[in-house]
Amino acid sequence: MIDWTPLWLTFKLAAITTLLLLLISVPLAYWLAYSRRRWKPVVETLVSMPLVLPPTVLGFYLLIAFSPAHTFGAWLDTWLGLRLVFSFEGLVVASLLYSLPFMVHPIQAGLSNLPPSLREAAYVLGKSPRTTLFRVLLPNIKPSLLTGIVLAFAHTIGEFGVVLMIGGNIPGQTKVAAIAVYDAVESMNYPVANTYSLVLFALTFVILLLVYLSNGGYFKSWWP
Amino acid sequence: MMDIFVEKTLRAPGGELTLRVKEHLPAHQLVGLFGKSGAGKTSLLRTLAGLLQPEAGKIVVDGATWLDTAAGINRPPQERQVGLVFQDYALFPNMTVRENLAFALARGQDPRIVTDLVELCELGNLQHQRPTHLSGGQQQRVALARALVQRPRLLLLDEPLSALDLEMRQKLQQYLLRVHREYQLTTILISHDPAELCQLADTVWVLADGKIIARERPLVYFATPPPAVPWQLKGKIVTLVPQQNGALVVMQLGDEQVQVWANPALAATFTPGEWVDIHLEAQHIQLKKTDHQP
Repeated sequence: MIDWTPLWLTFKLAAITTLLLLLISVPLAYWLAYSRRRWKPVVETLVSMPLVLPPTVLGFYLLIAFSPAHTFGAWLDTWLGLRLVFSFEGLVVASLLYSLPFMVHPIQAGLSNLPPSLREAAYVLGKSPRTTLFRVLLPNIKPSLLTGIVLAFAHTIGEFGVVLMIGGNIPGQTKVAAIAVYDAVESMNYPVANTYSLVLFALTFVILLLVYLSNGGYFKSWWP
Repeated sequence: MMDIFVEKTLRAPGGELTLRVKEHLPAHQLVGLFGKSGAGKTSLLRTLAGLLQPEAGKIVVDGATWLDTAAGINRPPQERQVGLVFQDYALFPNMTVRENLAFALARGQDPRIVTDLVELCELGNLQHQRPTHLSGGQQQRVALARALVQRPRLLLLDEPLSALDLEMRQKLQQYLLRVHREYQLTTILISHDPAELCQLADTVWVLADGKIIARERPLVYFATPPPAVPWQLKGKIVTLVPQQNGALVVMQLGDEQVQVWANPALAATFTPGEWVDIHLEAQHIQLKKTDHQP
């Protein structure tokens, strides 16, 4: 009998991460697209770091930071009662960092590619930057938003190294599908590894296919 | 009524350019802003709208100070009551024509003006279409209507008609005039087209290298020929050929010999071998490629 918990956990993690990332990334991408601060490149670099860093490096530092033996981890533990090491909450925080560029980059690119006159026109019409963002800018970069959402979701599903470093392999807590595949292969349980892998393969294929179809204009008649 | 003083260094393709404009604009005037590309026309409009920050400036419109760098006042575009029609129209692609106009309503404003403007600009048949499905002239009308929703004190038009064909342009010129009068607007219009300015503008401001070098009624400005170009050449007198009433002065100019007629009094003062200054006041000088190289 297959244990479906790892798959369920994977999608729960991906869904929560994507939702939180959307809330974080829209303001961040907005700032990156329009700010003229001199230290903007530093922020841009930091956002992109998860693209190039080995996940183990990110996981290692998060492990150190979240550990109750160190200042930040101890502070979290004392004041918020949060233990981010070897817990689902910890995985969420790590995934947020790990998938951040996949959400921020498409939105930032979408905003930068809009003609500047759209934003200026809204301002001249007396609209605040917030109204302009929600009524003019975001509705006109729907494909970029969709790309960001799907890439962040799919990338979180594909996460392995970071999870292994700070989550470990606790069933029902941190044992996501990618870990479960590794675990099954380690114990020579190939049929179980195959089932998890096949489900992940099929689902991510469908998700990405939907994005490419959508950005290729195949759904224009339903979602203009 | 409006008093403008603006000073701003612009980065132009050919180096830096200082925009320095100090003008008074009476109410309900339609001013045409004329000048070469890169003279600073669009920058001036953007400064008035608050989209560009000048280094120094003071803009007072009907007693309200929009900008006063000395006093640290700088109202954002949202608080300037300006209607601006962009060169690319800047219609919101995610909204229909009517939604574009309705979006422009101020909080608590009577929405009936949207219907009025739809009528005035003859947008009835188009009001539920998205801007991307409209022709240039239609988009231009939508942009104009949208700029008027909040009943601006100042209407700024950045080459609104330049992308349109002649017929559409003439039709929209009539719209502009009608709207300008009906809404009692004070309007500044950028245009490269003297005919258009003669038809629409009360006054033309001619902008060159960031300064306004002329303010004239358009018919006066465009009908006056450009000032004569003074030329000065030096020639050496070769010989004087006496004529019935004067003399032909034959001069060497570089490799060429040139003959100019001189009256007897003048001719008497010349001797061959002497240098003379040749002044020309040319109204029309035409340069043509020569058929034979010397």
